Amino acid sequence: MNARKTGLAGWIGLLGAHLGLAAASMFALFPVVWVVAMALDKGSEAHPTSLRLWPAQPSLDAFRQVLTHPTEIEGIRFVDLALNSLLLAGGTAVACIALGACAAYAFSRFNFPGRRAGLVGFMVLQLFPPVASMAPLFVLLSALHLRTSLVGLALAYASGTLPFAIWNLKGTFDTVPKELEEAAVMDGCGPLRTFLQVVLPLAAPGLAVTTLFGFMAGWTEIVMAWTFLEDPRTFTLSMALYNMVGQYGTTRPWSEFAALSLLLSLPVVVTMLLLQRFIVSGLTAGSVKG
Amino acid sequence: MKSPRSTLLAAAFIGPAALVMAAVTLYPILYGIGMAFTDFSVRHLRHQDPHFVGLANFMAILGGSDALGISFPRILGFNLLWTFVNLAFHVTLGVALALLLDRPGLRGSRLYRAALILPWAVPTYVTSLTWRNMFDAQSGAVNLLLASWGITGPDWFAHFGTAFAAVLTTNIWLGFPFMMMVTSAGLKAIPRETQEAAALDGASAWQRFRHVTLPQLRPTLVPAVLMGFIWTFNQFNVLYFVGRGEPLGQTEILVTQAYRFVDPLGLYGTASAFALIIFVILLAFTLLQVRLTRAVEDR
Repeated sequence: MNARKTGLAGWIGLLGAHLGLAAASMFALFPVVWVVAMALDKGSEAHPTSLRLWPAQPSLDAFRQVLTHPTEIEGIRFVDLALNSLLLAGGTAVACIALGACAAYAFSRFNFPGRRAGLVGFMVLQLFPPVASMAPLFVLLSALHLRTSLVGLALAYASGTLPFAIWNLKGTFDTVPKELEEAAVMDGCGPLRTFLQVVLPLAAPGLAVTTLFGFMAGWTEIVMAWTFLEDPRTFTLSMALYNMVGQYGTTRPWSEFAALSLLLSLPVVVTMLLLQRFIVSGLTAGSVKG
Repeated sequence: MKSPRSTLLAAAFIGPAALVMAAVTLYPILYGIGMAFTDFSVRHLRHQDPHFVGLANFMAILGGSDALGISFPRILGFNLLWTFVNLAFHVTLGVALALLLDRPGLRGSRLYRAALILPWAVPTYVTSLTWRNMFDAQSGAVNLLLASWGITGPDWFAHFGTAFAAVLTTNIWLGFPFMMMVTSAGLKAIPRETQEAAALDGASAWQRFRHVTLPQLRPTLVPAVLMGFIWTFNQFNVLYFVGRGEPLGQTEILVTQAYRFVDPLGLYGTASAFALIIFVILLAFTLLQVRLTRAVEDR
């Protein structure tokens, strides 16, 4: 409507918009296309010597190689790495959501001594960079003989993600109307049932986002895993990926690195895109509330 | 409704999370604060007898002792430069693209949006490893693209300027979509009529943006920028995996430098002191920002 009204100027503006958006889209897509093309190329050369955004000899060899032979370490199968990653990420997500949802509900609904202090405390805890708790966690988990196990690592991840989970979920619960709970209580619902059957279903988007963030923390974390774990049987997929570019990486062709990158990213990318609307609104709403 | 019953209920809901957090979040942080005043290093892992050294770690870090081989003011300066330049790009690009996508009568905006959101969905860790390869002097896509235009690409991580350009490009790539998404969400809440009224009054496109759209976007943009500040200030993955501190530690930021004290140096006491300094700096910035935001909102 606007465009028609303004005539030539409108057309020029529209053309400019297309040019700008196309240029930005090319910037956004370039690395993705490059990686996909590399992963699908027959691994005849270790490193690319010319720019290909379309595989010269399309094949799934790189994926096959990664699935059958993910690391240089003997006897470590792709399934084991994937299972470790899943356990770590799933464990972190479950801890986040189970503990976080209960605590966040209390902060959102009840008035109790220390409520304000607790909320400010979570905010402050989030300011500690993850690396801040790394040295003490290294020492403490070593003393407990948990440092080199997946359990210890999951505890370390939960320690980093819980403050965010509680803060984010409190923001979600704040948007659930109180009247619904009061009606449920009138009908003779106990507090636990009200929480589980009335509030939680209404907070589903926020719960999904918090679960995703907990999962992502475990799925793609590398620094703590790399520093803490020692036994190859506990290694994860993201460690296998780092192995390919690290000091031992020179022998692995880049097509295999590309293939493993895609396998590692795909589940996360799909979930992020599906939940994008809730993630953006949740993040900004949570912080506006203060 | 502050009654003993509700306090009891609250305690029951918070209890488990409070216990776990006390054990895995609070205790390590308090322990770390204690470690910052000791000479805790690798050899104390088995025999727990680190010595209390007072403020020696803090003095060594801030005073620029030769033993650590770092210049704290330089790292902090680079960290701030890194944060502000990134945020400027993120916000400008994000707002500009959101406005373009919002243009009435634009075809294919869904397609553009899908492409532009993609970088945000990729895990930062994978993004970082990939961009490091992209900037490889021989086989990287960037230099191969330049070569196809007849330009010889530089050895990106050999000089500070090109290394900064490389880490910056990576972080702009992964950061602009979020600002774009936030702005798009904010634009939806602005009634189009205000735009049209301003246009009828003869306001130019820039005037409409500056005096009509931007003020209405502020409530959505301010919290996003505050979050972006902390994320970018602490952007470990990009600077550790893409920049690797090259050349000669010149692209090191505070959190990557703190990590070097953990691994490979094993100076846990120094690392804890360093982390504590980072925390105090972030706390100061956050308090300042909260004040500034309040001032803006009260106006």
